[in-house]
Amino acid sequence: MGGFLDQQFGEGGIIVSRVDDLLNWARLSSMWPMGFGLACCAIEMMGTNASGYDLDRFGVIPRPSPRLSDVMIVAGTVTFKMGDRVKRLYEQMPEPRYVISMGSCSNCGGPYWEHGYHVVKGVDRIIPVDVYVPGCPPRPEALIGGILKLQEKIRNESRMKPVALEKILAKKKAG
Amino acid sequence: MELSPFGTVLLFLIGGLAFLSVTLFAGKLLRPDRPNDQKLTTYENGEDPVGSAWGRFNPRYYIIALIFILFEVELVFLFPWAIVFSNAEWVNETNGAWGWLAITEMFIFILLLALGLAWVWAKGYLEWVRPMPVAKDFKGKVPLEKYKEFNSRA
Repeated sequence: MGGFLDQQFGEGGIIVSRVDDLLNWARLSSMWPMGFGLACCAIEMMGTNASGYDLDRFGVIPRPSPRLSDVMIVAGTVTFKMGDRVKRLYEQMPEPRYVISMGSCSNCGGPYWEHGYHVVKGVDRIIPVDVYVPGCPPRPEALIGGILKLQEKIRNESRMKPVALEKILAKKKAG
Repeated sequence: MELSPFGTVLLFLIGGLAFLSVTLFAGKLLRPDRPNDQKLTTYENGEDPVGSAWGRFNPRYYIIALIFILFEVELVFLFPWAIVFSNAEWVNETNGAWGWLAITEMFIFILLLALGLAWVWAKGYLEWVRPMPVAKDFKGKVPLEKYKEFNSRA
């Protein structure tokens, strides 16, 4: 049996959803990203963290180690050489972990989409991505938008079993 | 009931242990637990950890650090000394003799430490090890006239 956060509940709707609210609020109010940048997007990310845009007010404080982080902001071009590291760093983050793909390069390969022999064509090919932030590089406003989007996503998480979905899947299997 | 001072310490110990075990146990109940090889490896900026964590330092640095600490402690001792040295009441009571006594004692203290520094200096412990590259006696195969020729071509 795993921890409480690993389980899904079929009943006890009100209580579970209250607990959900509490957990989600705690998570979305302190999304600590792992401090690492790969290319020019990282400059924008630093600018967003600095006093001008002040990500601190969203509870976003860069951490020096994946063990302390909740969010990975993939800011820049992911080469295959870096891809191994990105994958490992993602694995080293504790659950629940989220990924923001920042900028065209990590979304889809960016300017290297066709001929870059060394570029991973989208970081979602190696790790799961929650939010994509478009731009080359995205302005700080866009990154803040991505963070708000991720907050929205976390706010809607639930430990309730997706009963309706399971019913539909069972029906499909039978029919 | 009166608590003895050590009773308070015991209460602190029990409270600390209880707090620790409750939080650790709550964490155990709550947290997702999905270890894998990548996660359990040492964090080394995403690289493979190489070598031992017990890195080596040059022991010469130890001597420099020791001397530094010595003189830092000297400075720390000078502050309380300055307070009693400037005590006007004592100076007046002893007709100025207190000031002379205090300053002589301090100079003896500083002199002892300075003697230590001189000894360290004489022993050569302040000499940092520098690389002494020996210039190779290299003679190029292209004579210098060739360059003159080359440069005068344009």
